[in-house]
Amino acid sequence: MVKPTALVVDDNKLNRMIHGKLLDVLGIKNRAVENGEEAIEVHLSGEKFDLILMDRDMPVMNGIEATKKLRAMGIKCMIAGISSHSIGPEKEEFMEAGLDDYHEKPLTVAKLLSLVSKIKN
Amino acid sequence: MDQRNQFHRQVALMRQSLFDQGYIDEQFVQLEELQDDTNPNFVEEVVTLYYRDSARLIVSIEQALDKSPLDFNKLDSLMHQFKGSSSSIGARKVKAECTQFREYCKAENGEGCMRTFQQMKKEYATLKKRLEAYFQLARQAGPSQAASRPK
Repeated sequence: MVKPTALVVDDNKLNRMIHGKLLDVLGIKNRAVENGEEAIEVHLSGEKFDLILMDRDMPVMNGIEATKKLRAMGIKCMIAGISSHSIGPEKEEFMEAGLDDYHEKPLTVAKLLSLVSKIKN
Repeated sequence: MDQRNQFHRQVALMRQSLFDQGYIDEQFVQLEELQDDTNPNFVEEVVTLYYRDSARLIVSIEQALDKSPLDFNKLDSLMHQFKGSSSSIGARKVKAECTQFREYCKAENGEGCMRTFQQMKKEYATLKKRLEAYFQLARQAGPSQAASRPK
């Protein structure tokens, strides 16, 4: 069985470390980038992922813009928005950019498992 | 063997009191669940990174609080980042002060911001001492069944 792969997009080093470890523990090969622009570049260089964990607020290019661009590029994989806003217009705006799912920070084992199960489906 | 058990009991008590006294929350448990034989000090590494990274944010906030007039948008943005990191390690009391600070930013209450910031720094420093003591004792005690995820 091919193991899923994931991309962590977050400007916060702590979150990259924790989310990376969460993915490691679930046996998901992963890498991390620091902003939306780097996420685009990684895809332009030909890499593909089954899951993208996209932070919302990042410098250079934020998660909303990056999600829109990835979808416009034809990237169809699961993109989960990970943000500190639980409800309201910030969440709506992010979802409308093209997210498949949305979770409030911090990400937990349970939240990640629910995302991974959706990839398999 | 007895001394080892005693150490483990002390570590467990220390850990429980951190929760009971509201210093840390469920997110800390999430980090503990990621600790295993390949990364037996994961929680300590994360906490160390937190204190290193957030020190820079604290300096930035202090500098921003020194300016006149206060730029509440900038203060809020800095505190948003700081709160995010504090949430990631389960720093409950620190997180509460961050929330209060952001409320004062929204109300453009400079005095409230400064007061809350001082309180936040106290909680931040206290938590650091408590966690350092906890990790030191945990290292002395050595690995226990509870410290790692079950296989």
